[in-house]
Amino acid sequence: MSAPQLIRGYEVVIGLENHVQLSTLSKIFSGASTAFGAEPNTQACPVDLALPGTLPVLNRAAVERAIRFGLAVGAKVAPLSIFARKNYFYPDLPKGYQISQFEIPVVQGGEVEFFVGGEKKKVQLTRAHLEEDAGKSLHEDFQGMSGIDLNRAGTPLLEIVSEPDMRSAQEAVEYAKTLHALVMWLDICDGNMQEGSFRCDVNVSVRKPGRPYGTRREIKNLNSFRYLVDAVNYEVNWQIDQIEDGLPIQQATVLYNPDRGETRAMRSKEDSADYRYFPDPDLPPLVIAPEWVERVKGEMPELPRAMAERFVQQDGLPAYDATMMTQSLGFARYYEASREVCRQPKLVANWLMGEISKRLNAEDRGIEQAPVSPATLATLIQRIHDGTVSNNSARQVFEALWTGADSDVDAIIDAKDLRQSKDSGALEKIVDEVIAANPKSVEEYRAGKDKAFNALVGQVMKASKGKANPAQASELLKQKL
Amino acid sequence: MALSPADVSRIAHLARLELSGAEADAMLTQLNGFFGIVEQMSAVDTRGIEPLYTPLSAVQDVTLRLRDDVVTESNNRERNQLSAPAVENGLFLVPKVIE
Amino acid sequence: MSAGELHTLGVAQLSAKLAAREVSSTELTQHLLARAKAHATLGAYLHLDEAGALATAAVADERRAAGKATALTGIPLAHKDIFVTRDMPTTAGSKMLAGYRSPFDATVVARLGNGADDFSGAGMVSLGKLNCDEYAMGSANENSAFGPVRNPWDTSRVPGGSSGGSAAAVAARLVPAATGTDTGGSIRQPASFSGITGIKPTYGVCSRYGMIAFASSLDQAGPMARSAEDCALLLSAMSGFDTRDATSAERPPQDFHAAMLTARDGATAAQPLKGLRIGLPLEFFPAALAADVNGAVRGALAELEKLGATLVDLSLPRTELSIPVYYIIAPAEASSNLSRFDGVKFGHRAKQHGDLLDMYKKTRAEGFGAEVKRRIMIGTYVLSHGYYDAYYLQAQKLRRMIADDFQACFQQCDLIAGPVAPTVAWKLGEQGDDPVKAYLADIFTLSGSLAGLPGMSVPAGFGEHGMPVGLQLIGNYFQEGRLLHAAHALQQATDFHLRTPEGF
Repeated sequence: MSAPQLIRGYEVVIGLENHVQLSTLSKIFSGASTAFGAEPNTQACPVDLALPGTLPVLNRAAVERAIRFGLAVGAKVAPLSIFARKNYFYPDLPKGYQISQFEIPVVQGGEVEFFVGGEKKKVQLTRAHLEEDAGKSLHEDFQGMSGIDLNRAGTPLLEIVSEPDMRSAQEAVEYAKTLHALVMWLDICDGNMQEGSFRCDVNVSVRKPGRPYGTRREIKNLNSFRYLVDAVNYEVNWQIDQIEDGLPIQQATVLYNPDRGETRAMRSKEDSADYRYFPDPDLPPLVIAPEWVERVKGEMPELPRAMAERFVQQDGLPAYDATMMTQSLGFARYYEASREVCRQPKLVANWLMGEISKRLNAEDRGIEQAPVSPATLATLIQRIHDGTVSNNSARQVFEALWTGADSDVDAIIDAKDLRQSKDSGALEKIVDEVIAANPKSVEEYRAGKDKAFNALVGQVMKASKGKANPAQASELLKQKL
Repeated sequence: MALSPADVSRIAHLARLELSGAEADAMLTQLNGFFGIVEQMSAVDTRGIEPLYTPLSAVQDVTLRLRDDVVTESNNRERNQLSAPAVENGLFLVPKVIE
Repeated sequence: MSAGELHTLGVAQLSAKLAAREVSSTELTQHLLARAKAHATLGAYLHLDEAGALATAAVADERRAAGKATALTGIPLAHKDIFVTRDMPTTAGSKMLAGYRSPFDATVVARLGNGADDFSGAGMVSLGKLNCDEYAMGSANENSAFGPVRNPWDTSRVPGGSSGGSAAAVAARLVPAATGTDTGGSIRQPASFSGITGIKPTYGVCSRYGMIAFASSLDQAGPMARSAEDCALLLSAMSGFDTRDATSAERPPQDFHAAMLTARDGATAAQPLKGLRIGLPLEFFPAALAADVNGAVRGALAELEKLGATLVDLSLPRTELSIPVYYIIAPAEASSNLSRFDGVKFGHRAKQHGDLLDMYKKTRAEGFGAEVKRRIMIGTYVLSHGYYDAYYLQAQKLRRMIADDFQACFQQCDLIAGPVAPTVAWKLGEQGDDPVKAYLADIFTLSGSLAGLPGMSVPAGFGEHGMPVGLQLIGNYFQEGRLLHAAHALQQATDFHLRTPEGF
């Protein structure tokens, strides 16, 4: 890895904790629905409300999703893990404790790989553990009080904790994006960040290069990648300002306010927490038999890294392209479908990374919503390859396809009269005229100046209004000179 | 090692219990009286002993039983909130929560 | 017999009378409701559900007429108020839950009653909810927010606790049977103090779903009645695997009554317990043991010997240690279990309060009684940062050593016997303000609870002031049948369990 970039002479150290809502039908410890957006407290059953006498029973599907993730990041899936109680009082925490995993989590270690710019980056994972989500406090005024909705309470979460391996907001956001794509790829989370299905807590500290870690502050509940970058950049500069002013940095939990573009410490987290963790006596140890792990392994989809490797081996794509093609399952499926038809892997990759990504980003759409189908793109690429249209003309065709003017590649080519001419009779005539009209260039060429030849080819293309096939044109010129 | 009044107020705060001065004094005496009989525990050498978190694991492997992922609970908000101190539009009301 | 004497009959006898149509559940229920009101001064009932009971009795009579009755259908019982009930208030003896209504029935309540209104239950008739120590924390029933319970054998004395209302109601013949819960002795000790029979089954035999949690790794429900036979009938109906309790033991349904009646190999009519080895831990007979209790217990042991049992001396070296171990673990779990009582979703909320933190602190200060607060404080402290290893973890390790001690003993014996408590029931208020004194009195019941073993209290005779004394029997895991068999044999040879306190 290259030397870490410095900001105002400081090295930035970042670790992430992601809360991933697992896509189960029912809650992690109760039979209530996890569907989003129901009327307040209509999906909070007695167990979720912690009514007296209720007890938790663990949802198998939540464990299975944790196993999937563990296998996907090459982590250890613990044969035995323990649920513990994290005790603290908060209105959105009905039992007065959160059932989580503390000393022995279900997923241990692992790593996530991604590209930052052209450079490959590896981030080690500390752990991933199962826990229950809390409810929501609604702060709009109810006669000066807050309203508590416990529908979300008990939604299964996988908390994924990284090592402090990231050195810039860019690396942090690429890591988060990769993780986000992975959990959706594995079909363990719907990835909906607006609904809070994928939340980021970011631990940030700064230090002079080579010095020990500085005191970290944790930015909580970032639910957009843009906010993540903005929040980290603001926080980094704030911390550097503090240090430069000779002020200490207190460990704190902060919230990012996107409107003001600032972070501020949370009042509710002020009193130093003493969570009094202890093994939950209602839940004996979670034992995951090797057979279970094997079964899940058998049902896993091909993982992005493996697929990218395959694209390098079998399609001859450069590593970078291959990673781009596997940035999401949708992207990979599109690439494979198109490449299947036209057999031009590199060209498909170029179009996906270029024109298509550009337009998708501009329109903030996913590959699934691309108006041009893989097969259509494949046809267009074939037309370029067999010389029917030039690259420039192809862009005009693509424009028409994307805007939905027409979906038939050949129809568009004809309608726009973009077909490259193959009629050598007409071309010969043009070539003769060009040679006659440009004695000077002809002289220079005969004197051995290649540039002059290119100029002549250019003339021919110009005269043919771009329809001539450049290869054919230079062929004829060479003969006649 | 005896508890101090500071310990008592720290624990009372953690446990969200308001104790009057008199209560706190009595509590301190009683807790210290109790921890007097606890000291004998520390004398026992428990190295290499596994804690017994759930009794049956003394004689058999006790492992967590899992439920299938099925929605079994339907909306029963009215009954569930029958004993709620303050509710509006189905929300539990509490003094303002400040994040 | 006249309807006015129906209260003198136990569960098994009533079962026969109902089956023979000599009496209807409705008659029985009316009689016992009247009796409960006549003896309200005992403080046994927190809630008497006359209308509900009579309605259920009518259903029971129909059910019998339809030929769908079980052995228990139509027989009245009452529940310790630690079990949540859909159709009656539930308080756990705490001001925190005054007027609380649960949207569901505890599994035990449903199984003894009409199940999910589908006759899947035994069809017993619940008369109401019985007083108990707040959140089952206590051994005299003096920690109930709704007043003490009096011992029918001497109303100036305590009935024991925490299932004091259950013990007193059964002893006073207000009801033939009641449910109880036992965390560190809360079924056995009040049964002993009140001269009735009670069994705490192996941890996991009865579902904890709907039992308001005190200490989750120790709490067990069990029946309290006059005889081992009556307990066996109830336990068969209330026990069994429950998918809603992840700690419930996954075993086929048990017929404890049949197990109780099954003769031992080599048993004779004169010696039904021939070959049964009963272990006597010397630590269960310390110098401090009251002479009257020692006398009664030795008497009962002599009876068991006559019945063919052999007595084996052995040792449970960590008996005294079980007191701090229990009083670390139980409060630790309780401090967490009781955090849900915060004035947000249900129960008491302080009328006068400031911000959120103040609301929490005042609500819990007002809602909880002194003993509950003490245990929350102990539990919070032993779990707090820097103390966990020295207290909670150390206690859980000692707990395993204690459980292993029992397994060593069961190499040499089939059952363990001893007293339930060091003394007979004391006078109300006698314990004063010294919790430790009360904790020390739990010495004989705590070790079995920590190990999760089944234990019983069987009437063994009477001590000073004519107060009852119980014999404790402890079995190995899932040996309830063997316990009940021995207790039944003893009760065939003695009549202590048939004696009724004067005036009842």
